[in-house]
Amino acid sequence: MKPRAGTLFAAAAPAAFLLAAPFFLSTYWVMILTEILTMSLFAMSFNLLFGYTGLLSFGQAGIFGAGGYFAVLSLIHGPSSLWAAFAAALLGSAFLSMIIGWFCVRRDEIYFAILTLGFGMMLFTVAHNWRSLTGGSDGLGGFTLPPLDLLFWRGSLADPRHFYFLVLGVVFLGALLLYRMVHSPFGLLLRSIRENTQRLSFVGADVRAVRLCAFVVAGTLAGLAGVLFALFNRIASPEMLHWSFSGKAVLMTILGGSGVLFGPAVGAAIFYVLEHVITAHTTNWMVFLGAILVVLVLAFPRGVLGSLLHLAARRRGRPRP
Amino acid sequence: MSAPIILKVEAVSRSFGKFQALQGVSLEIPRGRLCALIGPNGAGKTTFYNVISGRYRPSRGRVFFEGRDITGLPPHKLVKLGLLRSFQITNIFPALTVLENVLAPLAVMHGMSFSFWRSLSSQKHLVEEAMAILERLGLAGQSHREVSTLAYGDKRLIEIAIVLACRPRLVLLDEPTAGMNPEETERMIRLIHELAARSEITFFVTEHDMKVVFSVAQTIFVLNQGSLLAQGTPEEIRANPAVRQAYLGGSLDAERA
Repeated sequence: MKPRAGTLFAAAAPAAFLLAAPFFLSTYWVMILTEILTMSLFAMSFNLLFGYTGLLSFGQAGIFGAGGYFAVLSLIHGPSSLWAAFAAALLGSAFLSMIIGWFCVRRDEIYFAILTLGFGMMLFTVAHNWRSLTGGSDGLGGFTLPPLDLLFWRGSLADPRHFYFLVLGVVFLGALLLYRMVHSPFGLLLRSIRENTQRLSFVGADVRAVRLCAFVVAGTLAGLAGVLFALFNRIASPEMLHWSFSGKAVLMTILGGSGVLFGPAVGAAIFYVLEHVITAHTTNWMVFLGAILVVLVLAFPRGVLGSLLHLAARRRGRPRP
Repeated sequence: MSAPIILKVEAVSRSFGKFQALQGVSLEIPRGRLCALIGPNGAGKTTFYNVISGRYRPSRGRVFFEGRDITGLPPHKLVKLGLLRSFQITNIFPALTVLENVLAPLAVMHGMSFSFWRSLSSQKHLVEEAMAILERLGLAGQSHREVSTLAYGDKRLIEIAIVLACRPRLVLLDEPTAGMNPEETERMIRLIHELAARSEITFFVTEHDMKVVFSVAQTIFVLNQGSLLAQGTPEEIRANPAVRQAYLGGSLDAERA
């Protein structure tokens, strides 16, 4: 099947916007966009488990935060290298999600949610109470930013626009992996597990191994997002690991659409833009934000992006693939 | 019977607490012969199926598939050997398309469970194989529809399509026409006949509907209170007084009328 012109435009327009944005947006909005991209990666990693595999993880923030801590620890105790920090976080969060996943993928539905919640709380407590290593409730900051050294270009992480492009690149790679994954045979098995786990195991699939694989990929990408988040805020703090932070991923995913890959990204964008616009006008921003979210969720039952794509597909008279 | 035995059940018993669901059931199914298992409610048909298909371990006795002892092997191992079952309740992947319902088991069969970079639609051989199965079942025209939107009878066909995708040699069909209207039942009977005649698959059917059993089966096994009461051709079963007494009486006569 050849992509239609409309599809191509729908993909090219946001890409062009993201590439051009730093050249016409104020620094303030570039930073908000950086935050949106970071949270998009986090929420999309969550959605690989939630929307595609049917597993609701409340421990996603635990691994996200751990990724941030691994990176900062590597910067403080190891070389002042961005790539070493990334490597430490990737390995650390992959290893962590392998261990946690090994226990969690044995159950599904509410039991899976509770298990991940339990592990998330354990990770939060470690970050919060192991003062000598993690700085306790103050978080772990005060590190010097490593140089941003690309092969052919030297930038500075302190420059919000340089930092933005780093985040854009990392999130692009993460999204590319997820895109390939959900369109692959593996991705079909994830959706089959969501639809009917028992049936898939009856045709000979190793459901546990497939789920564990998804869990590790989701955890590693969450850890990656955690690095970006910690570098952006110049600190890794225990709040990053709190289960309520996982709740943000749930909210963004439902808001944007759990059935579509970029749904969580759209959800993150709506959430952050609304938050910043409303906080500029009132201190009671939560009331207004909450009200708007309620309206959006009621108006778009499949999430904003999910519902729009569904509508477009219906107009073309072809069921959504 | 000169055909080799594909399934051999040897003195299988299964109890749940004090309740004896199966007591020393033995039977043999020759390759390619369409066999059916009948019996009144609570006779132990479902337990028997669950024992063969690996869901339950028998308390005593052995099960052999193509001469190999498969007693107590879990379902996913039996699938790899070529023994599959269909389900009484429609058991499919509701929000996936017709094509995807067949592609998922095919991906597993082809060892592509963990292939995460190549796109599914670029796997031409997989898609072709799936379409061939759908064509056989008359579902090719609906390949891009979500299965949850299909008619009931078509959903049951999807169930069969998933089974066929696993390249089985022996298929246990658990009440394949349950809940179907007469037209759908007719179509299912024709399909079973056709598949049995044209493929290498041996079918073993349980059914409530006597009309279906007698028009489909070449050999019928009758289970009653956990034991095998009789076995034979449809004519022999019809004429068997013990069978008539145990349960068939009414429905058999209705069938003749």
